[in-house]
Amino acid sequence: MLVDQIKKRKESAKKNTANIDIPIGKWLKCDGCKEIVYKDDVRSNLNICPNCGHYFRMHIGRRLELIIDEGTYARFDFNIDTTNPLELEDYKKKLNALREKTGLEEAVSAGTGKINGEQVVICVMDSGFLMGSMGIVVGEKITYAIEKAIEMKLPFVMFSVSGGARMQEGIMSLMQMAKTVSALTKLDEAGLLYISVLTDPTYGGVTASFASLGDIIIAEPKAMIGFAGQRVIEQTIGESLPEGFQTAEFLLEHGFIDKIVERRELKDTLSKLIKLNKKEE
Amino acid sequence: MSNNNEVKMTAWEKVELARNPKRKTSLDYVEKIFDEFIELHGDRNFKDDKAIVCGLASIDGQSYTVIAEQKGRTTKENIERNFGMPNPESYRKAVRFMKQAEKFNRPIITFVDTKGAYPGIGAEERGQGEAIAKSIFEMARVRVPTVAIVVGEGSSGGALAISVADKIIMLENAIYSILSPEGYSSILWKDSSRSKEAAEKMKLTAEDLYEFKVIDKIIAEPKEVDNFAFEKITEEIKNEIMNTISELKKKGTEKLLEERYSKYRNMGEFIRL
Ligand SMILES: [Zn+2]
Repeated sequence: MLVDQIKKRKESAKKNTANIDIPIGKWLKCDGCKEIVYKDDVRSNLNICPNCGHYFRMHIGRRLELIIDEGTYARFDFNIDTTNPLELEDYKKKLNALREKTGLEEAVSAGTGKINGEQVVICVMDSGFLMGSMGIVVGEKITYAIEKAIEMKLPFVMFSVSGGARMQEGIMSLMQMAKTVSALTKLDEAGLLYISVLTDPTYGGVTASFASLGDIIIAEPKAMIGFAGQRVIEQTIGESLPEGFQTAEFLLEHGFIDKIVERRELKDTLSKLIKLNKKEE
Repeated sequence: MSNNNEVKMTAWEKVELARNPKRKTSLDYVEKIFDEFIELHGDRNFKDDKAIVCGLASIDGQSYTVIAEQKGRTTKENIERNFGMPNPESYRKAVRFMKQAEKFNRPIITFVDTKGAYPGIGAEERGQGEAIAKSIFEMARVRVPTVAIVVGEGSSGGALAISVADKIIMLENAIYSILSPEGYSSILWKDSSRSKEAAEKMKLTAEDLYEFKVIDKIIAEPKEVDNFAFEKITEEIKNEIMNTISELKKKGTEKLLEERYSKYRNMGEFIRL
C-alpha cells in the first residue's frame, strides 16, 4: 500500500516537477553554463548538466531513486498539516497549490529504506516546496524520523536543502530548530550514526540546527551553504563578498564539513560510511 | 499583566521599546539581581567575543552560571560588543560554560537580548551556523536546571541559541521572534519598509508567546522604567529565579530532562488530516 502511494506520488511528481529540476517542455536552461540542454540528457546524467557539470536541484522522488535501493523505501505516513499559527491569509491556499504542483505533502519526506543493502531512516528535503523551509510539519516529520531511528536502532541520513526556518509560521518555525535538535541529543545518547548531507542551498535555521550536527557531514560540490544569506551580509558589511564564499569547498577549507562527494559517488560513499561505523555486537 | 492605566501598545511600539538604546541591558539586570558576579572570558579556542558575557554569580549562597547577550550602554561599548550581535566565538564560549555548569551541578541563567547572530564574512568562515546549532544542542541536553530571561530583543537563531531552557521568562515589553520585522517583511514580501505591518503579524510580544506556550512567565514593566520600577522588576526576576530553580532542582535530573524534552517535542501544534 505504501509502495503504491509512493508510486502514485512519484508519477504525479514527474508530471509536475516544473521549476524544481526539469521545467515543462523538453529543454531547460542550465544555471551553470546558461546553455539550453535537453532535459532527458540531464535526467539520465543524475540531474547534472551534460555540458558543464552543474548540479540541478532535485525533487524528493528523484533523490530517493538515486540513493535508496529500488523498492525498499517505506515512507512514514503522516497526513498532518500546519495550524497556521500566524493566521496568515492565503498561506493554507498557497500550501495546497504547492501540494498540487509538486505532488509532495510538505518540504520533507521521511521514511526507511536501504542504501546498498544498509537499512537507514532517511529524510529528504525539497527546495521546490517553499524553498525547503522548516515550519511545524517539517520539524515534526524530521523529529519523528529521528525518534524512529532511535526506536529501530538505525543510522539516520538527512538530505538538507532549505532556505531556513519558515517565515510564515513565525516563532513556531524557530522552535522547530530546538525540537529537531532535542531529538538529535537522544540519537547521540543512543550511540547511533547521523550522516548529514548538505545540498544546494542550505541556509539559516536549518544550517543553525540539525544540518550542522551530523557525526559526518557531507556536501555536494559547489553547494551553497551558510547561516546568513549573501544579500544580508553584503548589506551589513557594505562590501561585496569574496569569490567562492559559502560554497561547499569554502566550508571544507574552513573545517565545517567532512567531505565533498560527487553525486555519482554519493550512494556508495554513504553505504561505505555506514558499514565502517557499525559497532561490534 | 499590563498596568491598567496604560493603553495597550501595538506590537511595533513594543519593538521600538525593546530596541530603545536607553533600555536596560542584560548586565544591568545581572549586576542588580545577583549578590555577586564574576565575569569569565573566552572560548578557549579563538577569542573572547564580547556580545555574550559569561560568568559565575550567586544569590543567597546558591551559585549560578550566567550567560548573557549584551548590547552596549554607550557607543564605545556598543562597538566593543558588536551591538550585541554574537560571532561564533560567543556561542562557543556559552557552550564552554554550559558544560562547566553541568560539571559543577550549577543552574544556568541566560539573558537574551540580540538583533541576531552577526552576519559577517568572518562569522561564516568560523561556522556561525554550527556554533548556534551546538549551543542549542548543549542547552537541550545539559543536565542542570536552566532558566532563560528575554529582557530586550530576542531575534532569530541568535537568541534561540541561548534560550532553549526549562523555564523562559519574558519582560512585558521585550520581543521574541523568528527574525526582525524588517527581515521578515523583506523575505516574505520583498519589502523591508513594511516592518510595522510585519510586527503586527508576527506575534512577537510577550503576550503572544505566552499564548503559544513558548514562554512561561511575563514580568510586568511600565513603558518608562525609572529607578523605582527597575528596582521592582529586578526584585521580581530575582524571586522568579530563586523559586523556579528550587522547584526545578526538586524534580531530579531525569525528570527535569524528560520534561524539557517533552516541552520541545510538543512545540508546534499540527492538525491530523
Ligand atoms: Zn550547464
